Amino acid sequence: MTEYEPVPDVWDRRVAGALAFLRRRLTGEYEVDEFGFDPELTDAVLHPLLRPLYRDWFRVDVRGIEQLPAKGAALVVANHSGTLALDALMLALAVHDEHPEQRHLRLLGADLVFRMPVVSELARKHGSTLACNPDAERLLRKGELVGVFPEGFKGIGKLYRDRYKLQRFGRGGFVSAALRTGAPIIPVSIVGAEETYPMLGNLKSVARLLGTPYFPVTPTFPWLGPLGLIPLPSKWYIQFGSPIPADLGADQADDPLVVFNLADQVRETIQQSLHQLLALRAEETEAEF
Amino acid sequence: MTSAPVSAATPPRVVLVTGVSRYLGAQVAARLAADPRIERVIGLDDREPTGQQAAVLGDTVEFERADICTSEPARVITGRRVEAVVHLDIASGAGTQPGGRAAMKEQNVIGTMQLLAACQRAPDLRKIVVRSSTAAYGASFRDPAVFTEDTEPREIPRGGFARDVLDIEGYVRGFRRRRPEVAATVLRFAPLIGRHANTTLTRYFSSPIVPTVLGRDPRLQFVHVDDALEVLHRSVLEAHPGTFNVAGAGVITLSQAVRRAGRIALPVPERGMSALSRSGGGLGTTVSLDQLDLFVHGRVVDTTALIDEFGYTPRPTAVAFADFLRGTGSVLPGEAIKALEQTILAGIRQGRAALGR
Repeated sequence: MTEYEPVPDVWDRRVAGALAFLRRRLTGEYEVDEFGFDPELTDAVLHPLLRPLYRDWFRVDVRGIEQLPAKGAALVVANHSGTLALDALMLALAVHDEHPEQRHLRLLGADLVFRMPVVSELARKHGSTLACNPDAERLLRKGELVGVFPEGFKGIGKLYRDRYKLQRFGRGGFVSAALRTGAPIIPVSIVGAEETYPMLGNLKSVARLLGTPYFPVTPTFPWLGPLGLIPLPSKWYIQFGSPIPADLGADQADDPLVVFNLADQVRETIQQSLHQLLALRAEETEAEF
Repeated sequence: MTSAPVSAATPPRVVLVTGVSRYLGAQVAARLAADPRIERVIGLDDREPTGQQAAVLGDTVEFERADICTSEPARVITGRRVEAVVHLDIASGAGTQPGGRAAMKEQNVIGTMQLLAACQRAPDLRKIVVRSSTAAYGASFRDPAVFTEDTEPREIPRGGFARDVLDIEGYVRGFRRRRPEVAATVLRFAPLIGRHANTTLTRYFSSPIVPTVLGRDPRLQFVHVDDALEVLHRSVLEAHPGTFNVAGAGVITLSQAVRRAGRIALPVPERGMSALSRSGGGLGTTVSLDQLDLFVHGRVVDTTALIDEFGYTPRPTAVAFADFLRGTGSVLPGEAIKALEQTILAGIRQGRAALGR
């Protein structure tokens, strides 16, 4: 047998990389942070699973990614829609794939997410944590990008006829978090998610029985069973707006007047930007025909 | 007889340690006795220390046999002019003692009440250090990811130990109100781990197949026994009144811990696990409701207050766990899998070379 000197080529690196990945996963030699975020699993498994949906199905068009800081904390606030919170996952992937620093967006989720087995652990490994002020402020103090949907279930659980109408922003806890940490608020508007599962009706009695916040009826669900879970292939736009500074001082965080004013400002910015994006979408759709 | 007020920062002359017939109590008492700044150390327990514990205590610690659930400790504390009390006689599981959960609760709750009542009347007492646990934060799906000392539990936990811990801390709060001049230190320890630690959790990681909760991968934190001893020692010699989390920085998830230990996880639905814990085991291990809560919710604490106040940083959770694994002496899969990886890689390279590409 002759001496074989391996020529490092792309396939050799890939095979070696995949084997090393498998070994690390099998022996537990990887790191997670205190929130349970597993960056290796997110980059190697979760994001590649979401990417076809992002690129080929929703054809996400991202604008204004330069509004996100290259490093340091910021609170990314977006509208919420689409029955299943696919918009949160797409937003996180947009931030990672389009931002030059490939930053991870740390999403804040409802307690329902963390109640469910499997889902809760996937959410934590993907970098999410419970939407509560201690967690949001802790992440911001560590200089993370934090993603929040202040409409919550009111946003994703609204009927199709209410599409792109921003719902109430709750108590504005996200504003307090920004004020306490001095992190800027970056308003984001997402167009397209409303059409993925157009919710025609809400069976409240079934929802109560199942303990969920709503039970959607869409053109395909529950009629087609699991097939009804396939989202409609709407074209998406994600627009990042200019940062709204929140460095008024931590002592303002308890002042309801300041909090509601700032929350309203963010809400109106997102609503306006949604109207502009909808007009843009109408133009582009016309141009295609 | 009057004496000048003594600052809490001065090391106490006489220290009483409860629970010296068990590992932690014996270690703490022996270490205090070895410190020249302390004149005498009295060890209290309701049974004579045996074996290793007796050897550790040696003749430097004066042993007093007394049942903590009675008023006997009061006689010792006042009679021997005790200046500092270290309360470690707190059982974390019912499995190790006769009488089960009832005896455990008696020891934890009534024992602490009696001891604190005795401390309240002790004229020379300047300091009290109480062992607590991060279980004091309870377990709920609405909990923040990281607990700071001021986080209140949202729900009363289902585990017996966690309930006891909440009661114990409640009594200490009452004591602080009644004797504000006594420096009271409450240490909320993460699960202890180390080469010689023998706890429910270390026994759990020592069995070849470990039951986990299906669909849950909790975040765990440990504190190395040596770090726990250091923090306890400093609490007695220095003045650190207040409540502090004691844990190693960082987390490892249960699945990581199981893989690093080279064990096989057996996911069981949560209902099955609670049935298992009530029936008292099977699979070579007992899973208590306390542990079940931990295995569903996980538990991570912030240790900034400890590091700032004590000027001491416990070793990280991952390092403490690795040290525990070295102590078990079992063969870890890391090296074997690394070798396998190299073999497969070499095989693929040779195969590709043979194919001429």
